[in-house]
Amino acid sequence: MNFPTINISSEDKPILIASGFILVILLIGTGYTLATQGTMPLLTVNYLLQQLQSGAFLGIAAAGLMLVILHGHIDLSIPWTMTAAAMMATTVGGELALPTGLAVGVCIGLVNGIGVGYLRVPSMIFTLGLDSAMRGLMVAHTGGYAPADTATPFMRFLASGKFMGVPMSVFVWAFVSLVIVFLLKKTTFGKSIYATGNNEAAAYLSGIKTRRVILGAFVVSGVCAALAGVLLAGYSAKAYQGMGNAFLLPSIAAVVLGGTHILGGKGKYIGTLIGVVLLVLLNSVLSIMQMPEAGRQVIYGTVIITMLLVYGRGQKVTS
Amino acid sequence: MNDYKKSLKLAIGQNMGFTVATVGLLLLWLLYNILHPGGFSSAVLIQNTNESVVIVFVAIAQTFPILLGGLDLSVGAVMTLANCVASALMSGSPIQILIGAIITLLTGTAFGFLNGMIVVYGRIQPIIATLATGSIAIGLALFIRPQPGGDVDGDLGWALTNDLYELVYTYGWWDADAAWFSPFAWIPVPLLIIIIVGFGIWLPFKKTVTGRTIYAVGSSESAAFMSGLPIERAKLTAFTMAGFFAACGGLYLAIQTSSGNADMTQAGSYTLNSIAAVVLGGTSLFGGVGGAIGSLVGALLLRMLSFYFRIMSIDPLLQPLIEGVVLLVAVSLGALRTLRTKNRLRLFR
Repeated sequence: MNFPTINISSEDKPILIASGFILVILLIGTGYTLATQGTMPLLTVNYLLQQLQSGAFLGIAAAGLMLVILHGHIDLSIPWTMTAAAMMATTVGGELALPTGLAVGVCIGLVNGIGVGYLRVPSMIFTLGLDSAMRGLMVAHTGGYAPADTATPFMRFLASGKFMGVPMSVFVWAFVSLVIVFLLKKTTFGKSIYATGNNEAAAYLSGIKTRRVILGAFVVSGVCAALAGVLLAGYSAKAYQGMGNAFLLPSIAAVVLGGTHILGGKGKYIGTLIGVVLLVLLNSVLSIMQMPEAGRQVIYGTVIITMLLVYGRGQKVTS
Repeated sequence: MNDYKKSLKLAIGQNMGFTVATVGLLLLWLLYNILHPGGFSSAVLIQNTNESVVIVFVAIAQTFPILLGGLDLSVGAVMTLANCVASALMSGSPIQILIGAIITLLTGTAFGFLNGMIVVYGRIQPIIATLATGSIAIGLALFIRPQPGGDVDGDLGWALTNDLYELVYTYGWWDADAAWFSPFAWIPVPLLIIIIVGFGIWLPFKKTVTGRTIYAVGSSESAAFMSGLPIERAKLTAFTMAGFFAACGGLYLAIQTSSGNADMTQAGSYTLNSIAAVVLGGTSLFGGVGGAIGSLVGALLLRMLSFYFRIMSIDPLLQPLIEGVVLLVAVSLGALRTLRTKNRLRLFR
């Protein structure tokens, strides 16, 4: 009952190469700081923990997105799911802040899942439409009057508090990761995701309720994005328009760099984790090197293309 | 006569999305002009077409990769890059301006070709490859224009964003008040640009082997391969065309605003709007069905919405919400086919 029957080595290759690349980034960064300041701040525990903390938001959003990409679908509604969850959480405030934010994520996930799974609208366009509808709702929400936008103490604690010297958001990220790994490895839901992503017709014929599986994946993605948004609001102490915009493309890139196939059916969670760390470190080292935004964008794109050229190449059509 | 009717019926049936979009656009346009105080005038038409040119070009650009069954997430970025290149080169003598325009278009085309090379020979999925190259394009645009600005020839900007009368008058090609000219003098130049560049390239291109191959690859790449069609050439051409049309959009934006702006958010929203426009125009995201004229209609539909906001004085705060909901409803209407499918397996593809 080996399922899914995929060659292990081909799955692990991206993860190994990405890990190697993380080391290369750290080495280059350290070389730079050694040459300019004579110190090695990059290899200290503090620095790495700080990177993990700022990577947590991206990591949590990417974790949920991965389940959607495993279907060969995509969730473009992440930016405004994050923003909407954060805004509603701060508006409601108090103890209900976090549940409210997560509920927003569930609702968006349900709508996405119904649109993509049941109505069969391509995910690309449906999630895009819902994203702009959410943006509209939030603009209308903040436009008429000024709702409370300060994060509750609990949100701040989750995002920037520390426990035994380790930032809380890292624990939250670790918890989300464990849940996702459990879902993917130990539940029928997880196995159904891989089956549906590989071949939906075959999965349907073997009795998997594929539409419900798709719905589930979108709900998980919505909840993860919402959680990331609430945390981000806690981190920056308030919710604001467009706070999630910078997270969509990196989270797609992180998932794909980690070896998850963009057409679905293939990928390991550990890869996504490494993809996130890679992107966060790359960004951080570039800013240590005081690279202007222009150069950063070019390097960012080049790195993604190069890494995919090494291990992300598809099969040639030969029949 | 009966045959003619039959083939017309078939054509409409096969292009249901396109037909609905076109009829809808015409109705909306008529109603808009009736409601508008200055309706059916050249001035309104000029304003409307001016505001539509860029998104129309970007939507046409997006059509080619989508017909392949792919996607180009870099069109907005390439448009921005071309916009910045143009803002740096489009001034001076007419020859300099012409060379500047050619370099701008070449930049976009070359970038599209690069996308094609990565997709064809690198065999990376288009969506993720163009995601990465899009960020490269934005980076290059930022190198050229760290701050918005630039200098584009003012005469050119004035002449190309007005009616034919102003174009002829500005450059003194002939007597702009001549009697034979007056029936055409009201035609907006941007409208002509869209029609000449868009249709002039698309309609002949669609009939070529490469053009048909793009459709074939979108329907079934394996079948296209087995039929000996030039798959690689078709893919390369599709992405190159996308780059070219995106550059056309960027060039026009530079002429219109006489400046360049490496705005990442703007690039992203152009990319996303282009996908929406292509889908609204009846092109299938699965590939193989649709066309650039549909995308033109889809882009105009998108813009039409914002024209309505203006005359109906809808609260600006509600506009993004209405836009989003209209898009959702429009794409969900396409879902009605799921109710008619007899075999559920057909839905899974």
